[in-house]
Amino acid sequence: MDLTKEEQSALNGEKGDALQTAYRILVATGEATNAEKLIPINWAHLSGVNYNTIGDSGEEFLRTISHEAKVKVKTTVNPMGFDFDHISEFNHIDDEFIQKQKSIRNSYVRMGVEPTFSCTPYDIFDLPEKNTQVSFAESNAAIFANSLGGLKTNKESAFSALASAITGKSPYSDLRKDDIITPMTIRMKLDNPNELDFGMLGFFAGKVGDTSVNISGVSQPNRRSCKALCGGMGTSGTCAKFQFVDNEDEKSEKVDFGKEEMNEVYDELNTAEKGDLITLGSPQLGLEELSDLSKMLKGKSFQKRCMIFCSRAVQEQARSLDYTNEIERSGGEILSDCCTCLTPLIDTNETDAVTTNSIKGAYYLKNSTGVDVNLKPLSKIIEDETR
Amino acid sequence: MTKIIVPGRASGIVLKTTNPINFLGAVDKKTGVIHDQKYDIYKKSIQNSVLVFPYGVGSSVGAYTIYSLKSNNVAPAAMICKKADLTVASGCALADIPMIVLCDEEFNTIENGQQIQIDTESEKILN
Repeated sequence: MDLTKEEQSALNGEKGDALQTAYRILVATGEATNAEKLIPINWAHLSGVNYNTIGDSGEEFLRTISHEAKVKVKTTVNPMGFDFDHISEFNHIDDEFIQKQKSIRNSYVRMGVEPTFSCTPYDIFDLPEKNTQVSFAESNAAIFANSLGGLKTNKESAFSALASAITGKSPYSDLRKDDIITPMTIRMKLDNPNELDFGMLGFFAGKVGDTSVNISGVSQPNRRSCKALCGGMGTSGTCAKFQFVDNEDEKSEKVDFGKEEMNEVYDELNTAEKGDLITLGSPQLGLEELSDLSKMLKGKSFQKRCMIFCSRAVQEQARSLDYTNEIERSGGEILSDCCTCLTPLIDTNETDAVTTNSIKGAYYLKNSTGVDVNLKPLSKIIEDETR
Repeated sequence: MTKIIVPGRASGIVLKTTNPINFLGAVDKKTGVIHDQKYDIYKKSIQNSVLVFPYGVGSSVGAYTIYSLKSNNVAPAAMICKKADLTVASGCALADIPMIVLCDEEFNTIENGQQIQIDTESEKILN
């Protein structure tokens, strides 16, 4: 990859440790993506905020770099471990977790990020004009940006997005150009798919697809299904983009996603017949989804704990529009700043299994939190778990 | 050596898997042990190995997992992939773990349990 004189001097450490670290990351990721140069980006979205995911060494790294580095472009950040406004209510989270999480939060704020603590930046801000180059870590957000938002990003890593935020640059990879080679086509064969089916389609597509996939046989899925597709796809593979197509490209390799393929994904991720609690949100719910939920819950009450994750910005909008009344009356617990994935609010001491409609949530509940998962679409959750 | 992603020299015993690795979901960052039973290297430790796997998948935070493995002294000595992905590339860059990409043919000749040396400067892999 060719660097300008200025970039080379930063890589050599002539502009301080933080920039040297950032350029080392950009050079490695540039090599990894066959980029010939770095280009400017105008929005970075960072992952690596939850203490559960980045640990002590991550906390220390951020503390050190934040005393030197400042973000150069608009920068938003992923969820952390808990709802920052309600810490005192979470008795079982130990003090060390709270202190380390606060330190991580402070480090990001010190660098100048917008404290969004959300995996759905596309639900909070208006997206910039089409073809704008951005750097989104958080796989569901990167896939959403490329596939539905008309933006261009790599499926950035936590470090490559941080390096982009600090330098305002990112490798000019194939995904940032328009000339992607004909991708594989996944033929959706399920009739009337719900959001769980779309999540499983995404998980399957992520496994079989390369950088990008076409999806045929799908007509106008709603936002909940689109987000489920992005979340599922980001969990299982390296695929960073999809495109709904009406006509299948002759040159494209075709793979069916039917009952059999769906059952395979279901059997991999569904490990319990019922959950001790319910989680909704991974990705965090947007305003439209909260509005839907409040209508679906009219006159009903949850028979067990139901945690509903959304960003703080969306929660505030939902409150002002009164969507939250019906949800909270039904017993739903609305939480911001955090998400199903790796929150310490769910642990194996108190929970054996969780009911959710999220494929991404299911994967991390099982593999990272260590609890079993009962997968159901939202309509079925409400049918089975409310009265 | 098809491509050098993170330069350096290292040696170790090959731990090879056919599974793409989700570092956040499948690797214990404190012990370096694979804890996802769907992997063919389930329960194996990646510490000091030359970790040979197709590519990284899943969460972008996996880069922090790689950095944590290094800080906890349980990281692989080097990584060899068939395809470079941003999570593994950036994690190795920050953790200073040599990482290279090999073409299918070269990748297939590497065997589990074999002791190998990597030197990106001379672009050599020695048995």
